[in-house]
Amino acid sequence: MQFFIEVLVGGLLSGVMYALVALGFVLIYKASGVFNFAQGAMVFFAALTFVGFQEVLPGWLGMAADSSIVFWLAFLLAFLAMIVLGVATERIVLRPLVNQPHITLFMATIGLTYVIEGIAQMTWGATVRGLDLGIVDEPIAWLMDNYEIGISKFDLFAAGVAASLVALLALLFQYTKVGRALRAVADDHQAALSIGIPLQTIWRVVWAVAGFVALVAGMIWGARNGVQFALTFTALKALPVLILGGFTSVPGAIVGGLIIGASEKLAEVYVGPFVGGGIEGWFPYMLALAFLLVRPEGLFGEKHIDRV
Amino acid sequence: MLYREAGQFKASYAEDAQIFPIRQDRIGFWLLMLVFGVAVPFLASEYWLKAILIPVLIFSLAALGLNILTGYAGQLSLGSAAFMAVGAFAAYNFILRIEGMPFLVALVLAGLTAAAVGILFGLPSLRIKGFYLAVATLAAQFFIVWALVKFPWFSNNSSSGVVTAQDVTILGYTFATPEAKYVLTFLIVAFMALLAKNMVRSSTGRAWMAVRDMDVAAQVIGFRLMRTKLLAFAVSSFYCGVAGALYAYTYIGTVEPEGFNLDLSFKILFMIIIGGVGSIMGSFLGAAFIVLLPIFLDNFVPMIFGDSLGAGFVSNFQLIIFGGLIIFFLIVEPHGLARLWQIAKEKLRLWPFPH
Repeated sequence: MQFFIEVLVGGLLSGVMYALVALGFVLIYKASGVFNFAQGAMVFFAALTFVGFQEVLPGWLGMAADSSIVFWLAFLLAFLAMIVLGVATERIVLRPLVNQPHITLFMATIGLTYVIEGIAQMTWGATVRGLDLGIVDEPIAWLMDNYEIGISKFDLFAAGVAASLVALLALLFQYTKVGRALRAVADDHQAALSIGIPLQTIWRVVWAVAGFVALVAGMIWGARNGVQFALTFTALKALPVLILGGFTSVPGAIVGGLIIGASEKLAEVYVGPFVGGGIEGWFPYMLALAFLLVRPEGLFGEKHIDRV
Repeated sequence: MLYREAGQFKASYAEDAQIFPIRQDRIGFWLLMLVFGVAVPFLASEYWLKAILIPVLIFSLAALGLNILTGYAGQLSLGSAAFMAVGAFAAYNFILRIEGMPFLVALVLAGLTAAAVGILFGLPSLRIKGFYLAVATLAAQFFIVWALVKFPWFSNNSSSGVVTAQDVTILGYTFATPEAKYVLTFLIVAFMALLAKNMVRSSTGRAWMAVRDMDVAAQVIGFRLMRTKLLAFAVSSFYCGVAGALYAYTYIGTVEPEGFNLDLSFKILFMIIIGGVGSIMGSFLGAAFIVLLPIFLDNFVPMIFGDSLGAGFVSNFQLIIFGGLIIFFLIVEPHGLARLWQIAKEKLRLWPFPH
């Protein structure tokens, strides 16, 4: 039983990390209807930029590498880079493709993935880097002593960050002017345009916010697994989360992430040995697929009504 | 001046319904077939045959398969490479395990196996649409590659999962030289392309297009959705399966499941997007473009910047150019190269007196 709980909680917490990536997808899909495949590359780019600045800044400023000023400055600069990336994407890629079919936009974001990966590695090099957030990846002693359940501090920290990020986004969406405009655009592009909401500004904001989410996700994933090219594959982990939760729902991304994370780990531990292991790669997809057969629009997705 | 249909009268329905109604097109088509079927094997160097012409043909076939599914039936799929893997490993096992299995029969059986798997993974399309379906087809991609790696029976217990394709022998003749392999590939691809062209012109193709344009409306006017969609998945997977088998037998010779990864699926998707969605010819143009582009960049980038740059820089630069070109193409001509060709043809019919 203890082992089961340990696996379950471990899975749930890793699900939070998937949800962090899925969140970026949802934001962009909601506001612009673009299925942004480049989100994984953005996570990689953000993490690499952050680590890169962390390396060069001490030299430029003449400060110790572990000072908090360097950390926050690197964070700020990486965020700035993500804003630039988002605005450039909107201007160069999306604006000329307005009114094209969804698949064309989707393909364009796959092209964008290559470009971002290329730029990231060209600027900062392709070596694997460590990222230290100052939180050790070790079980919480109190839980270990009393209940013999090993839960990593780092996982808990990641869950905390995800929760506060979602809360922050919810506040942004609910109580700010920009948030209201975002919701209006997500609801109906044309109606939003007709009452004077600048669509392109909104898109830029959304891409910048998605860039911010990518930066947070990239820092947490990078601290976990090292900042390396494999980070781009986090996007593939987020896709089943996305279809399970529904493309357009922020809570869906979180709940979907939890379900996928938990079931994936449980399946790997309890079913995996019977079929040779390594089922983590496809199990989430199969689960999402089976789920979609029952609810084609995902958990929280908008129900699609066909009219002739 | 030359490209004009004036004076060409059609006296029967058969003449009216032929694939190339304009005589110049027919002549051009047969010239093309002669050049690529007869002249090229004699003239082209081994490098050209092995590294460019054979892969272009094979990827054209795979792109054709995906184009039938995505371009004609409107079901977006990201799992084409997995169906190629099914075809390649099915052909390998049929030839390995059945004594005296003729190559062409094995090829058809490999296609049918892929078709069966395709139908299985096409079932969700009856409920799910659009991007949800696209992500669902990723399940096929990951599951099939995983299964081929995990169960050693598929690769005849080879420790690394890599299989080496047997010799291709038809009626006692072994296709060993690149020229022979090229001609074989060319004949198979040309035959299947013709088949596809006729399929999309027939009631089957019209049913697919009706479902693509609006499946509810298609259902209302009496198309059976399940049959139509699953047939599209089956035919598409059949083409991908045959392409996969050819990939193993006439192109690289040794295959491993990991070779048929998501990247390859994306490449095939790029081929149809750049070539033209819903166009047979576009599949060929797109495949040629995607196969030639990296080769071109390999030679071109060092030529401009010299050899002083590191290999890492060059490969990243190629990545950027590749992605950038795809975006550029999508912006400039979202309907692909096939559309450009169509526009050129329309212009040619009026040239040089456009008024």
